Amino acid sequence: MSDRISAETVAKVARLARLDLTPEEIERTTAQLDGMLEHFADIDTLQLDDVVPMTQPYPLENVFRDDVIVAGLDRDEVLAMAPVVEDGRFRVPPIIGLDA
Amino acid sequence: MTDAIEIAAQVRSGAVTAVDVVEQHLAAIAKREPEIHAFNLVLAEEARGRAHELDAMVAAGRDPGPLAGVPIALKDNMCTRGVPTTCSSKILAGWKPPYDATVVSKLAAAGAVVIGKTNLDEFAMGSSTENSAFGPTRNPHDITRVPGGSSGGSAAAVSAGFASLGLGSDTGGSIRQPAALCGVVGVKPTYGYVSRYGLIAFASSLDQIGPFANSVADAALLLDVIGGHDPLDSTSIPLTHPALVDVVGQGAEGLRVGRITDLPAGADPDVTERLELAFEALRAAGATIVDVQVPAFEFGLTAYYLIGPAEASSNLARYDGVRYGLRVDAVDTNAMYGVTRAAGFGAEVKRRIMLGTYALSAGYYDAYYGKALKVRRLIHDEFERAYQRADVLLTPTSPSVAFPFGAKGDNPLAMYLCDVYTIPANLTGHPGMSVPFGTGAAGLPVGVQVLAGTLREPQMFRAAAALERAVS
Repeated sequence: MSDRISAETVAKVARLARLDLTPEEIERTTAQLDGMLEHFADIDTLQLDDVVPMTQPYPLENVFRDDVIVAGLDRDEVLAMAPVVEDGRFRVPPIIGLDA
Repeated sequence: MTDAIEIAAQVRSGAVTAVDVVEQHLAAIAKREPEIHAFNLVLAEEARGRAHELDAMVAAGRDPGPLAGVPIALKDNMCTRGVPTTCSSKILAGWKPPYDATVVSKLAAAGAVVIGKTNLDEFAMGSSTENSAFGPTRNPHDITRVPGGSSGGSAAAVSAGFASLGLGSDTGGSIRQPAALCGVVGVKPTYGYVSRYGLIAFASSLDQIGPFANSVADAALLLDVIGGHDPLDSTSIPLTHPALVDVVGQGAEGLRVGRITDLPAGADPDVTERLELAFEALRAAGATIVDVQVPAFEFGLTAYYLIGPAEASSNLARYDGVRYGLRVDAVDTNAMYGVTRAAGFGAEVKRRIMLGTYALSAGYYDAYYGKALKVRRLIHDEFERAYQRADVLLTPTSPSVAFPFGAKGDNPLAMYLCDVYTIPANLTGHPGMSVPFGTGAAGLPVGVQVLAGTLREPQMFRAAAALERAVS
């Protein structure tokens, strides 16, 4: 059904983005991305070989400050907003793959 | 009393109390907020408490500042310490930031009263405020129509008299377009004019905070307060900005106003008619109209809808169910990420994460993201050339007046086209603002967009003020 992007590619991108999409969402997303990519092909007509990419409006310079201690965020206040906390730390499920 | 300049003057002189001002606005909220739904959270008690403090300062002979007692509505993607900040997303429901955004600290220091946190398209992704996890906001001019977006809540709050001023964020038109649809002034300053510290990131190279107001002068007053360098935002410009409140009365005489002769088509006739009248009004005010060309203008939409989602897919990786917000449990951490993000994000946010991840992924990067960055440069350079010949440019803000709910259906591209005239200023970093300029179809507000070169806010505000005088 789709020329520019396949459902397999969309499923792979969903895995990369850590989004568990349903089969219906994969199908709908494939059709919608296909329509967008068709529109986005308009820039293929432009001659861009010698154009320097622009990543932000202004050239950024690295910013340094004096190496002095300043107050950070309040630890208890930050941890109070976490879904699960244990012994003053963020608790997560096992990180070694069970669903590999 | 709705004008911020008048409120601040009267509160500072003691002629009216901040408490009375707050009560007047809370009464307006009580009356119409149930049908408008501008707010995710109304901070009635906090606002009353703050007003009492300000009145006590005045009574003690101390000056609360240039925004003394002025009620302001904050888009709910700006961090307020200890006060829920949701981005209208289920993934942040209930989250209370442990710090204030720099703009919030500056408002407090200037004597403003935050009256509530306003609704938005989830994570500021949308042009109608229909994408909020907490339901849409309705346009105060016609509640069967959208207020625009993504800052639809702040635009509606100012338009309905719930707040004298509002703050929004603009990544592709999210201040200017809802301002146009709700009949108020909305400003996207030069990128880096206002600190983004504490603004929850959507697309970091495009995002900029700016004012909503009932008048150009009020918008200038607010921008003067929130602008300036911030060591906490390395992209904020290390310069002191001139006071804009001093320039709005200077008139448009001598300004060179550019007409983009190859502007992308698609605006409704009622909108283009108002734009023509805007050129005439500025000519009558002593400006010179010059023709300019921006041939790559029409490619902005494609560049934006590749660059914005690419940056968003990276910025939104932080919502992983570990440190804040929603978590949905699963057997291991990787599985937890997938189910948490699937449950927490709405359809439009998922779509943009998918599009951005795709545009950045191996094999497609050069064809999409890399090419979009080159188009961005092309557009930037063309605008720079136009600004050598013109001080400001006029375009429509939105191709149409406010549209009915559901009008764009399930077609994301139709919604994206709402941003065609506002997007280039985000890609280039140049300032832009929308000024109400009469009405169009169904008697609904039409906005004219004034664009200017980097840090040419003074010229932009002069032109905007001249347009405002021409219709008042």
